[in-house]
Parts: sequence; C-alpha cells; structure tokens
Amino acid sequence: MRYFLLIFLTVVAVVFGIAGRRGHLSRKPPILIIPDLNHQFKLRPEQPNGFFANGLSSQLPPPGTIPRSQPMPTLNGPVYPYEDSPANTGRTTGTTNFVDTNPLPVTPALLRQGREQFEIYCTPCHGALGDGNGIMKKLGVMPAVANLHDKRIVEMTDGEIFNTVTHGKNLMGAYGPTVPVKERWAIIAYVRALQLSWLGSTNNLPPNLQAALK
Amino acid sequence: MPAIFPKWTNQLPFLIAAGLVLAGGVVTAGVTYYFTPKYSRVGYQPIQPVPFSHAVHAGQLGIDCRYCHTTVEKSWFSNIPSASTCMNCHNQVLKDDARLALVRDSATNGVPIYWVQIHRLPDYAYFNHSVHVRRGISCVECHGRVDQMDEVRHAQPLTMAFCLDCHRDPAAFIRPESKVTDLGWQWSTNADVAAEMQTTNGVKFVHDWRVQSLDNCSACHR
Repeated sequence: MRYFLLIFLTVVAVVFGIAGRRGHLSRKPPILIIPDLNHQFKLRPEQPNGFFANGLSSQLPPPGTIPRSQPMPTLNGPVYPYEDSPANTGRTTGTTNFVDTNPLPVTPALLRQGREQFEIYCTPCHGALGDGNGIMKKLGVMPAVANLHDKRIVEMTDGEIFNTVTHGKNLMGAYGPTVPVKERWAIIAYVRALQLSWLGSTNNLPPNLQAALK
Repeated sequence: MPAIFPKWTNQLPFLIAAGLVLAGGVVTAGVTYYFTPKYSRVGYQPIQPVPFSHAVHAGQLGIDCRYCHTTVEKSWFSNIPSASTCMNCHNQVLKDDARLALVRDSATNGVPIYWVQIHRLPDYAYFNHSVHVRRGISCVECHGRVDQMDEVRHAQPLTMAFCLDCHRDPAAFIRPESKVTDLGWQWSTNADVAAEMQTTNGVKFVHDWRVQSLDNCSACHR
C-alpha cells in the first residue's frame, strides 16, 4: 500500500512537472489528437502551397485582370474599377490633368467614413488634426511629415491628393494597394473638412447658424 | 491446517477498490485538465521569422489594428500585411536594421515571409471576422491584449464552448463599433458601473444592430 501510494504520487508529480499548468508559454505547436478534420486538404489564404511554382496560395492576378465588382456611385453615374474615369484615376479622362473636386457625392456618411479611415491610415504620421504632428513625428523617428494645413496642400486639387494617396510621394508610401478607391475619396473629403476647420470663417456658415453664434 | 490466505488479504478488495477509485479520479481530473485547448492551445507563442512587437506598434505607437490588417472589416479572413505596408514607415524608420532584413527582401523581391500562424480554428468551423468586428465584437475578445504582447501568444482557448458563451449572450460582450480596435477600452474604470453600462448598452446594441444570437449547428459548421 505504501509503495502503491509512493509510485502513484511520483507518477502524478512527474506528469504535472512535465506537462505544466494551463496557459504556460510554449514554442511548440499545439498537439492535435485527431488532426484529420482540423486540417483539411483545401486552399486557405496565406498558406504555403506547392501547386504554384512560387509556393504561394494567394497569387497575384495576371496583368489586365478585371476584378468582378459592383460599380461605385459617383456624381457622373456609376463607375466600374476598370474604367478610365476621374473617380479611379484622379485625372480628367483622356488627359493628365487632375480633377478639381471630389467625384463622389460628399455626404455626412462619406465624411464619417473618411474620418474613420483617416484615423486608421493617416494619423500615425499626419496626426489626428492633420497638422503633421503624428506619433512618428513626436518620437522623432520621422522628421519630415507634411502638414495638411499648408497652403501648398490646401490649394492642391482633390485629384492630386488622390494621386498622392494612391501612389505615394517622396517618403510617403502608396496607399492604393491597401485603401479602396471609395475610402480614399472619403479620406480626401475629410481632409478638406479638417482644412476648413482651420481656415474656415464664420462668414462661410449658413445665416441661421451664424445667428446662433451671436 | 493453516489458512491459505493470510489475514491481511481480508482488506485486499477494499484496498483495490480504493486504489482504483483514486487512480480513476486522478486520471479523470488529469484528462479534464489537460485534454482541452485551454491547455493545448493557450500560451502557444511560436518564434516568428521577424521579431515584430505588437506592444510597440499597436500599444506604444497606437497604430490601429486595421492599418495592417486591412481586410478584417470586409472579409472572413484577417490578412497578414504585405511587406509594402511595413515599408510605409520602415523605408525611413530603422531602415538599415538587421532585424528587418527579411521585410526589405520581401518588399523588393516579393519573397514571402513565413509568419507562423497562431490562431487557427479547425477547418470544419466557419468564422467570419468582418461580421464580428462590424457589429461591435472587439479583437480583444478572442485575441487578448495583443497591444501589450511583445510576442503574440494564443490568449483564449477558442473552444466551441468559448464561442457559444458569447453567441448565447452577445449583449455581455458587444461594444460601440468605434471602440472595437481599442483593446484596452472599457465603459468605466469602476467595475460595477462598467458592468451595468455593458448590460444596458449591450441589450440596446443587440436590438438596434439586429445582432442574432445564433447557436444552431449550421451557424458555424456549414
């Protein structure tokens, strides 16, 4: 009896000593008792895949591929992503001239979306106010960040800002690959609202709102 | 004639029964404790090819989760950013750092970085990121305080019971849509007030956003 208890306690202690407690950090992948259905033979995003020569499961589409998509409503009617339209390029069709104004109808919903997207993609460098004092500038790791309230940017056409956001400029990277077209125009609409918040005058307000301020 | 069995054997059936009960109880306890993702998955912290720190990027710098994980609001799948996203900043920040060699190589030559996947549901369970984060279920509910992790580890068991806890009572977990990626956010610093606000607002959100409390099999096993 004594030996049984001794052996039993030793076994329990050894098992607990090796297996440890729940939640302990481990570098080794989790053990799957029955792995069959957990990992099925199917294509999953971002997994290595021997089928293609470059070993990727998420392939780049061949050049000229047109995405299956819905048209985007603009002021000049619906626009598909493959169209050479100001809404997609920021330039007047057939020329290299930037369009002056946002081709999308600027609504409160678009501005809200623009604010949300601005705060995700732009604030780390340009700051929540757009004054170029984002966290990167404050930490001193990024010395040159554009102040969106500069005369140069205030006077820029919407199309040129769209071009900068899409393709990047100087040290700023391209946001075309990560931010969809509609969101980019929403950001530009919000940037304009930010600029107005600094440069606007109460004289620009509708008369009823002006009266309320007095 | 001497007894065939000595006297101590009278106790033997009792001792065997007691031993079996003890052994059975401990084995059952051990299986209950160990044979579950709460043990096997939680705490999984693989070594990643690039020593990327979420604590620095998401915590200290306050970069929104969606800056890198761009598809999370639109797709069932939350993407790992491509190296070009890293290079938006690292073309000037730490631009010659040895730790970022793989990232630079990936950005210039398109060589994939073999990040190790940590959170992986079984292939028979369907999970859609977009529907959760667009309806006020925060990243933190399943992934834990990633903004405090230098190296990401598996924080929650992600068992079926874990999913069902929330699916049967979404009001206890739902939060304002704008606070979904704010991992440390809470209704109030006072726990009692926070719990009360969670209940009142949770019920309201579930009603207003028409959040369905799906707990039928085909909601996830489709």
